[in-house]
Parts: sequence; structure tokens; C-alpha cells
Amino acid sequence: MPSVPQITKVQELIYELPIERVMTKDVVTVSPDTLMSELKDVLRVNRISGVPVLEQGRLVGVVSIEDLIKALESGETSATVGEKMSTKLVTVLAADSIVEAVKRFAQTKVGRLPIVNEQGDLVGILTGGDVTRGLLEAIGLDYHAEEISRYRARHIFEDIVSDQTGLILRYRVHPRDFQTGGGASSKLKRALDRLGARPQIIRRVAIAAYEAEMNLIIHADEGGELIAEIQPHVIRITAVDTGPGIPDVEQAMRPGFSTAPNWIRELGFGAGMGLANIKKCADSMKLESRVGAGTRLEITIYLQPQQNSESGREAQKSEAES
Amino acid sequence: MITLEKVADELELEVISCAGVLGRPVLGGYASDLLSCVMARAKQNFLWVTLQSHVNVVAVASLLGLAGVIITEGNKPDQDTIARAEKEGVVLMLTPSTTFSVVSELASLGVTGEAKHP
Repeated sequence: MPSVPQITKVQELIYELPIERVMTKDVVTVSPDTLMSELKDVLRVNRISGVPVLEQGRLVGVVSIEDLIKALESGETSATVGEKMSTKLVTVLAADSIVEAVKRFAQTKVGRLPIVNEQGDLVGILTGGDVTRGLLEAIGLDYHAEEISRYRARHIFEDIVSDQTGLILRYRVHPRDFQTGGGASSKLKRALDRLGARPQIIRRVAIAAYEAEMNLIIHADEGGELIAEIQPHVIRITAVDTGPGIPDVEQAMRPGFSTAPNWIRELGFGAGMGLANIKKCADSMKLESRVGAGTRLEITIYLQPQQNSESGREAQKSEAES
Repeated sequence: MITLEKVADELELEVISCAGVLGRPVLGGYASDLLSCVMARAKQNFLWVTLQSHVNVVAVASLLGLAGVIITEGNKPDQDTIARAEKEGVVLMLTPSTTFSVVSELASLGVTGEAKHP
């Protein structure tokens, strides 16, 4: 099993949210002089199962429905709350995170916790139900905020007006860095998803960008740069490096041709399919190279279907197959 | 429709990352050790069978949105690779069997090389 712990949104919130955000603030209280028979009505009318006991504004105990049942069973309805309440006070600070309350629930098995401020004044009460409700609400709010943020990202090109708006993402790609290989393409993929591009388009961009990125990692002496320029209707990905350069571009384009060394092939790279894959995914591609100077690969993919593009049609055809 | 869980059970695979998402559907399969071929042919929610076990397997699986990866012949990814898979939501499963055996078992479960629609 994986040793890496997975932190869920709920776990995060348990640590993040302060108790005061989820506790019940409108607290029903009784005094030590209240009779158990009166307590019965307080619990019934308010539909609650326990209340804090205050004496001159000071928290002195908690009395619960269990205490009431015990008193009823032994016929002690005229006993006072002060005699039957629990005085072992377990309280939690309002400013503490929910996790403190959860711990306390687990340790003590109490059903409700009086919540106090720094001065020790009662400011609220917390039950398991409050925690559940509070968390569900917070997740809902977060979900809403995420939706809004996605909506904004999707409409960024409508919000920003210019004669030609473009978003430029640059990624530095290091030579022989197989460890983070594919990282730039992953980030680009996420950005396009964020911007609301169609899944089939994102897939083509991801494949083309990945192959271009791996080419820089495998072949470029000094690595290179992957630059994506996203415009409302088109994305242009450019991979540039400073050498060694490709002696025969036509040969390099041929499927199955590769100059990758054996140790790289053993990792599953160097199948000679990289440029062919890019060509298949791109609406157009341009490869310029000079030995000793470097290589520049430009990939264009339209974000909307194009009627007049040969390879675009081909790409869409393979899209339809998938 | 067949899920990763069913595949893992039937083939007695050791799930080493993202065990929480085994409910994922498997819409088809692809087997190759050449990453570019996988990039070109494996489709979303496909199972990928390979003996490669290095970290780029995770990158490819994540970029393509694959259902999961079965790593064959007892190859084991290192801790970094497992951590990366966990982070990217890629399900890695191990088996001592060969790629050929795994593929034939998958075929008997109805997993094919063509995309099935859920």
C-alpha cells in the first residue's frame, strides 16, 4: 500500500476552520437551581439533548438527557440540575480549529462541548452534527469559489480587450532531466483545461507538447525552452534549443528514425515516433534546424475546428476515432 | 463495464498508488514499452501494460488520462515514482507475469484494444 498520506479536502478543513465558524452561538442554558422536571421541558421545547449550566454567568457544568433519564428512573424529578449535572468540564476555545474539538469528542465520548473565549466565558456549544454541517457547508462554498474562478479563467479573453490578446507560458526544459520530464506539458495541459479548451484539443496539445519537451530533454545539449502562446482561437507551441541541430530534417521526420543512444531507448524513449506524433496532432508544424546552431520547432493547433486545414482534418478524424 | 478493481482482483495485481480510485472504468487497453507509441495510441481511460517502471510512465499516464498502468515482470518503480503517481492520480499496479500473459487475461475479461464507450 502507498506510504504517501493523502490529505483530503475535509482533512484540510478540519485543521483550517475555527470552531466559532461552525458552533451554535445561540446557546440555551440553565442554572444550578433549575429543577430536573423543568430541564425536561427545556430539552423538549428546544429539541436539544444537553445544555451548559451557568451560575452568575460562569460556566459550572453541563447537564444532558442521560442525566435526566437517570433522574426520572430513580424518581428524582424534584432534584436540581446542580445536583445531577456533570461538573467535569471539557471545554474548547472558540478560536481553535475543529480538529481540537474532534480530538476532545474522541477522548471523552461527550456528545457536546461548551465553547469558551479566552476569558473563559461561554460563547457557544458544539455537537458532532454542528461539525458535519459546518464541513459540508465549507466544502460547498469552496466548490462554489472554484466554479467562479474557473468561469473567470474561461472568459479571460472576453474580459481583456485588445487587438490581439495572447497568453504566453514559458517553460525551461533541462537536458537529460527525465525525472521531471513531461512536467511542462502537464502544466500546459492544466492551463488549457483551466481556460476551458475542448478535451480533444487539450489531448492533442498535450501529446505534441510532451513529444517536443522530451526531444529537448533527450537531444538538446543545453536543454531548451518550451513556449506556448495561447490566443482565443489558436495555440502556438515553440520548442527552441541551441544545438546540436538536426543534419537531415527529412530523415528526422521519418517514423522510426531516431538518434537516441541505447540507454535512452531502454527507458522507452527514442522510438523515432516523436516528430511523427507531433505532426499528427498539429494543424501545422514547422521544423527549422542548423547543425551547430540549434533547432526551432513550431506547432500550431486551432482551438476551434478549422474547415480549411488538411492535417487539422486528419487530426479531427483521429479524434473521432478515439 | 469493467473497473480497475475487477482487473486488480482477477489478475491478483499489487496496487501501489491511488488505491482509492479503483472504481475507475477501463474502456480499453494498450501494451507497449515505447512511450511515444503509447502517446500516439493509448486513449483516455485505457489500461496500459508495460515493463517500464520509471517516472516518465507516470507523466505519460497522467497526460493521457489513462485508467491505470500494469507494470509487468516484477519490475518495481522507486519511491519517487510512486509519490509522483500518488500526486498525479495515476494508479500503478504490479505483477510478476509477462506482458503477454497479462494482455491475454485482460482479453478474457473483455478488455479490448478499441475504445468502448461507457
